[in-house]
Amino acid sequence: MSAPISQRLQRWFRPRRGWVIAVPLLWLTLFFLLPFGIVLKISLSEAAIAIPPYSAIVNVGAETVSLVVSFSNYLFLMSDSLYVAAYWGSLKIAFVATLACLLIGYPMAYAMARAPAHWQLVLLLLVMLPSWTSFLIRVYAWMGILSNNGLINNTLLWLGLIDSPIRMMNTNFAVILGIVYAYLPFMILPLYANLTRLDGSLLEAASDLGSRSFNTFLKVTLPLSKGGIIAGSMLVFIPAVGEYVIPELLGGPNTVMIGKVLWEEFFNNRDWPVASALAMVMLALLLIPIALFHRYQSRELKE
Amino acid sequence: MRKPSFTTVMLILGLLFLYLPMLVLVFYSFNSSRLVTVWAGFSGRWYIELFRDQQILNAVWTSLRIAFFSASMAVCLGTLAAFVMVRFGRFRGKTALSSMVTAPLVMPEVITGLSLLLLFVHMAQLIGWPADRGMATIWIAHTTFCSAYVAVVVSSRLREVDLSLEEAAMDLGAPPVKTFFQITLPVIAPALAAGWLLAFTLSLDDLVIASFVSGPGATTLPMVVFSSVRLGVSPKINALATLIILTVSLATFLAWYFMRRSEAKRRIAMRMQQEG
Repeated sequence: MSAPISQRLQRWFRPRRGWVIAVPLLWLTLFFLLPFGIVLKISLSEAAIAIPPYSAIVNVGAETVSLVVSFSNYLFLMSDSLYVAAYWGSLKIAFVATLACLLIGYPMAYAMARAPAHWQLVLLLLVMLPSWTSFLIRVYAWMGILSNNGLINNTLLWLGLIDSPIRMMNTNFAVILGIVYAYLPFMILPLYANLTRLDGSLLEAASDLGSRSFNTFLKVTLPLSKGGIIAGSMLVFIPAVGEYVIPELLGGPNTVMIGKVLWEEFFNNRDWPVASALAMVMLALLLIPIALFHRYQSRELKE
Repeated sequence: MRKPSFTTVMLILGLLFLYLPMLVLVFYSFNSSRLVTVWAGFSGRWYIELFRDQQILNAVWTSLRIAFFSASMAVCLGTLAAFVMVRFGRFRGKTALSSMVTAPLVMPEVITGLSLLLLFVHMAQLIGWPADRGMATIWIAHTTFCSAYVAVVVSSRLREVDLSLEEAAMDLGAPPVKTFFQITLPVIAPALAAGWLLAFTLSLDDLVIASFVSGPGATTLPMVVFSSVRLGVSPKINALATLIILTVSLATFLAWYFMRRSEAKRRIAMRMQQEG
């Protein structure tokens, strides 16, 4: 009898496994982790008219090495109410959109998981298909539907239900609708994966013991699908907080979201240090949600 | 007839919500009027104009090339990462690796884009590369976030694969590398294909990260679409959208068809085994 595979794999890989591990680890460290360090560094420097447009933190003189760290960018973010409003607005819009996604997506995922087996794959593909087309084009679709001379307003005017068009484009409502539309598949996918694993005999036992179906849902199904709810919500909430395309296309002057502010600081004002500070604060705000998502995901990977 | 349950009704309404806006896009791409929202008769002129637009055609070619190379590299890196995480037991750096594999899935694009651009600027100062940003820098950026998606897809497949096949091959004297290429790889091939396709569509679709890390040399399709859409609704973009939706639907249908056929074959084989 030979040794189990894991031992043999380890024996063979031991001298070489370092190299196998190193390839993905080095790539991700260089191109994912290290860049955050650089963002942190730039956020502590000062804007300058130069290429690239910031001052050096470490200055090497003839006999001295001086380190100039400036917190002015962070202080600037606190002092200007625009930035605080943008963070707050992003969190609020992302929260409402996530909640809406959950309320729409949960019943859909539930119905999919309960559907006959030969239907499930078709339904899953139907839900995921829009997300494989173009994100930009799906957001663009709503521009033609919501605008003042768009499909909804034209229809309502034609029916005589309204006299003048209702303003829907360039509002927070349009932004929330756009986020729900764009991210709904990412809410449904983990919920569905979770709900298909739900043991049907638990529901049967509950109903045998006289529990009404809504009560069973609240006491059995809902707590067991907690993992799926967390994963789906984080997959919507975290990217939505930093969303740029949707507020830019569907939002109006009153929509201040942090992704859009960061973009404008960077591309229009060319203020790289302030853009970096904005990114660092956003990352700090999202650290807990990201950790939550990671914990769920690694538990999922272990199963 | 039995009254449909609440969740079934929600599923149907939800699917309508997902598909109606796309159908509206397709419908108005055949509108002869320049005003997208007023129907003025059937026409294919926007498709002709689309194929005459050299800027869009160039951008399509650029995007397809970047997506092809990003997806291919992401499959290599993502598969390695998945294999290491699933089959290597414990090792130093495992927590770091698994965090760096899951974090890009949710990281806001503006943060990823900004941080990669600053990295490239620093590298240019330190080692002189990349001197100008363009396809190569977009390729690196896309490979990085796509390999995270590939790793998730492949690792869930690797976990399902029966270890005994690999064990048998090695008992018969196959070295681990040969076992990997001749046993493990064919078994996880569907996951690799799915991962490649997912990475390909993600790369084709990305606007924000590419806008940060690109230079004047490379303009991708989403950049062209975005600059046009920003100015308002344009029927040419509707025609482009229709072609994209058509392509993705066709590819999905083919994938479904082949999955169903292989499932049917598997069932017949199992029945024959039971009877024989």
